[in-house]
Amino acid sequence: MSGKVHVTTKINGEEVEFLCEPRQTILEILRDQLNLTGTKEGCSNGNCGACSILLNGKVVDSCLVMALEVDGQELTTIEGIASAKGLHPLQQKFLEHAALQCGICTPGFIVAAKALLDSEPNPSEERIRLYLAGNLCRCTGYDKIVRAVQDAAAVMQKA
Amino acid sequence: MNAFDFAAPKSVDEVLALLKGRNGEVALLAGGSDLIAQLKEGRRKIQLMVDVKKIPELTALKFDAKSGLTIGSAVSCSSIYHHADVQKHYPALVDGTSLIGSVQIQNRASIGGNFCNASPAADSPPAVIVLGGVCQIAGPKGRREIPAEQFFKGPGKNALESGEILVSIHLPAPKAQSGAFSLRFIPRNEMDIAVANAAAYVELSADHKTIVTARIAIGAVAPTPLLVTAAGSALSDKTISEEVIEAAAAASRAAAKPISDMRGTIEQRIHLAGVLTKRAINGAILRAKE
Repeated sequence: MSGKVHVTTKINGEEVEFLCEPRQTILEILRDQLNLTGTKEGCSNGNCGACSILLNGKVVDSCLVMALEVDGQELTTIEGIASAKGLHPLQQKFLEHAALQCGICTPGFIVAAKALLDSEPNPSEERIRLYLAGNLCRCTGYDKIVRAVQDAAAVMQKA
Repeated sequence: MNAFDFAAPKSVDEVLALLKGRNGEVALLAGGSDLIAQLKEGRRKIQLMVDVKKIPELTALKFDAKSGLTIGSAVSCSSIYHHADVQKHYPALVDGTSLIGSVQIQNRASIGGNFCNASPAADSPPAVIVLGGVCQIAGPKGRREIPAEQFFKGPGKNALESGEILVSIHLPAPKAQSGAFSLRFIPRNEMDIAVANAAAYVELSADHKTIVTARIAIGAVAPTPLLVTAAGSALSDKTISEEVIEAAAAASRAAAKPISDMRGTIEQRIHLAGVLTKRAINGAILRAKE
């Protein structure tokens, strides 16, 4: 049953092909096969958001997406957030605000926060906290993360 | 996860053909937020996963002012609550679908999955039930429809028979002077499972003083979401007052048959069924007046 299947997708703007088993999630493929280890595995059941990626621009938990589902779709991972010019404002502001300690949750937070700012450039603090409720951090207590997102939003609006 | 095959058919007929004679070992994949977690935990073992998101009928969301709203069963929660017609005509559906999990989950989890998973505490059914939702089902014997409140048969059990799939959920066209509201109680601010939930639908008289007709539904207080007809009757043809709203709340408390578990006790849930019923009615009346 179920040999390997060929998938063609776009990851961070580049066309990517891989072989996978139907039972594999895209998180497994990203980390173990494509060496895109910036996306982290946390709970692996959709509670912690550490594995957040953008699927066709929408933030999703990659642990709950089958690899075969992304055939013909577009993905963005944390590796695709910075540009040739440098860090994304969210990444810069996470550094400046020290909005991380152990760092495992950080890629997921940045990807989710990017999805928020892409659709809502000037969110309230309450909105940021609600939108990021699917990303858990057990170190910082969230305040620094929220301030980093607010600061990044301000910088991006000026740009 | 055990090994399985994968198919992504493009029509309802193709899905039905795949389901034929393969009872219990095929799983339909929409958002995957329940299914993939269940497979990882070993709570389900399957031989075939069928991604239903390539089927236009299951992924369409269509509104018509005369015929109402048809939501394909695989439409995600965020596609529902971001839809301008849903926001304008069915705000209770926005209430129900925006409560489910995180944004990450809402971008994947489908309303059909929320129904088929049949959790007693599911967030979307009370709103759909009070709005007069109908489940549109396809199977080997053809198509059939059942009222949303009849879709739930017990925790994790739905009304689908062998070989059947939930194609879509239909809501009737919105009526003048009507409003609906859905809410839940959780001890946190978000990302939680309802201790209890409730939804109300009211149609008011032209002068907004009388409730012409009403429907009340409650959840997480019985093995299935419940349409509380006695609560609706307590409000229908009555002048709006605290007394009639309290009578409806009493009917919800009487209908609630909850269990005690880690989320709440029997007493708390019965109390909440009443409180949430009142809040849902007041919210629905406010919206009907808008």
